[in-house]
Amino acid sequence: MNNSSRIKALAVPVVSVLAGLILGAVIMVVSGYSPVEGYQAMLRGAFGRTYNIGEVFRSATPLILTGLGFSVASTAGFFNIGLAGQALAGWISAIWLALTFPDLPKIILVPLCIVIGALAGALWAGIAGFFKAQFGTSEVIVTIMLNYTILYISNHLVRYVLTDNKDATPKISENASLRTEFLRNLSGGSRLNMGLFLALIMIVVIWIFMKKTTVGFEMRAVGMNPFASEYAGMSAKKNIVLAMMISGALAGLGGVVEGLGTFENLYILDAAPAIGFDGMAVSLLGGGNPIGILLSAILFGTLKTGGLKMSSVDIPNEIVDVVVASIIFFIGISFAIRYIMDKFSPKKGEV
Amino acid sequence: MEGIVGILAMIVSSSLVYSAPLIFTALGGTFSERSGIVNVGLEGIMTIGAFSAAVFNLNTVHIFGAATPWVAMIFGGLVGMLFSLIHAVATINLRADHIVSGTVINLMAPGLTVFLTKQLFDGKGQTEIIRQRFGKFSFPILKDIPVLGDIFFKNTSAPAYVAILVAILAYFIIFKTKFGLRLRSVGENPQAADTLGVNVYAMKYAGVLISGLLGGIGGAIVVQAISGQFSVSTIAGQGFISMAAMIFGKWNPIGVMGAAIFFGVSQSLAIIGKQIPFLASLPEVYLQAAPYVLTIIVLVVFIGKSQGPKAGGKTYIKSK
Repeated sequence: MNNSSRIKALAVPVVSVLAGLILGAVIMVVSGYSPVEGYQAMLRGAFGRTYNIGEVFRSATPLILTGLGFSVASTAGFFNIGLAGQALAGWISAIWLALTFPDLPKIILVPLCIVIGALAGALWAGIAGFFKAQFGTSEVIVTIMLNYTILYISNHLVRYVLTDNKDATPKISENASLRTEFLRNLSGGSRLNMGLFLALIMIVVIWIFMKKTTVGFEMRAVGMNPFASEYAGMSAKKNIVLAMMISGALAGLGGVVEGLGTFENLYILDAAPAIGFDGMAVSLLGGGNPIGILLSAILFGTLKTGGLKMSSVDIPNEIVDVVVASIIFFIGISFAIRYIMDKFSPKKGEV
Repeated sequence: MEGIVGILAMIVSSSLVYSAPLIFTALGGTFSERSGIVNVGLEGIMTIGAFSAAVFNLNTVHIFGAATPWVAMIFGGLVGMLFSLIHAVATINLRADHIVSGTVINLMAPGLTVFLTKQLFDGKGQTEIIRQRFGKFSFPILKDIPVLGDIFFKNTSAPAYVAILVAILAYFIIFKTKFGLRLRSVGENPQAADTLGVNVYAMKYAGVLISGLLGGIGGAIVVQAISGQFSVSTIAGQGFISMAAMIFGKWNPIGVMGAAIFFGVSQSLAIIGKQIPFLASLPEVYLQAAPYVLTIIVLVVFIGKSQGPKAGGKTYIKSK
């Protein structure tokens, strides 16, 4: 990669973010709100106090994990739109385990919950991967359907299995929680938790896995050209299922962090967790690159956390969702713009 | 006998109520995909349609009276059409990935509509209750047919019957008209269509905009026949189910309608299951999850490799 293409690669997300924020401002002006006031409130809500900064990183944590999950699947050529459901699968199983064995020592219980959550996510995504590999069924449709299936299963479990007709499970025990006294004090009492370190570790693990291992190489090869990889002796079927399962495991971890860190319980949900689609947005903005994902997760954490403060100046915080959607829209169409730029610009220095 | 007819009438009429929006939206998806544009944004388009129909209904009920739901339905369709323009421009001209663009539609719609709802209704997340709804409709003469009249034509859903008519119309448009032939050719082989003088881009625009119109109408029916007010949870999966119905129906309007009715039945059973003797004891989760699980099973068992239009999801680049 030469310098000018590196700048170009950075220019697209930066321009998209700015364009998204500007569009948000335009909508605020048209609806009779002051965008300056709005964005000021957002900044206060994100960075005003130590507590807010802690919350920014708290909300970025699951997005890093689901974002990584989306990128693994898309490297292998699959569109995992079911991150939300897979995250919920991880969330449920971690909470279930934590509530069943509340007295296990923390050093055993927390890792156990994390592993079970990742497995549940992997399994839920694996269904879609298996059908895709075996029958060619569209993973987009199957994962969407699985999102709704797990949503109703989860609500059923909360209401009739984990509790007696209540809207939320009891809080998990201290032994299962990802929150620590240290992080709480450090971040002014926010819900920032050990999940952040888990997410940072996974960034490194996934980077090494995709770039430095044979399996990772095969996955990238299958994503680029399934026929050529098949011809080279790689099993496309195996890689499809594996990529979906790793993707689902990461999403499951995102759910575990929500369950054991952010909320410390599970409750009746109206829709599958937002970290699913937001993670997809994070990955698209980050260009599927681990550092890009980290940065865009922090950006989205800032928007989401800061956005809550916008209601203090009477601006509905849903404007943040509109901004996020527009950013992805610009990313979506700027791939095309870059393509056109590459096609028509004279190829200097490369010949 | 009386009891069975009563239960059947309840199942049929409630199934039709739930089927109507699915039929409209799934037909919309069919037009879009026939032109080669994959539209996962149907869910968002329905949300926009539902919101605008609700606001239109609440504000014009004193003008249109009993006809309000129908006028609001058309209005919802037009706004849905306008919104689908985003998807059309992005995918047709700007070469965006169809799934990414559709997802943008789905992310944008709930945020935008709740934002506007809060602005219009003093910071509340839902609109006021709609008083003038579609309600129940009885066909004159037909309703007096013994048994059948009671089950199918008395106190039933008028939008559902309109939807069925639209499905038949869509079948003729897609398979028996010049426009339909061109639409299909663009979805199968745009290069060949282009060589023969078909305006590929215009056809694709037509496909997406029709999906916006019908999806918006679908959303408008949900809010005016089922939920009675707009909130963020008014449209919760109906757009995706419609997409499934489109695939289940193999992109053929009549088949799509049948599949949409099938999903409508299973959705309505989840709601009225408690009133049906042999279903009452079943935990509701089975009926709630049934439409989604059935979709997966149907896809795997009956469809296998989806046989959608050949050039579906690909951007057509004229100069290539």
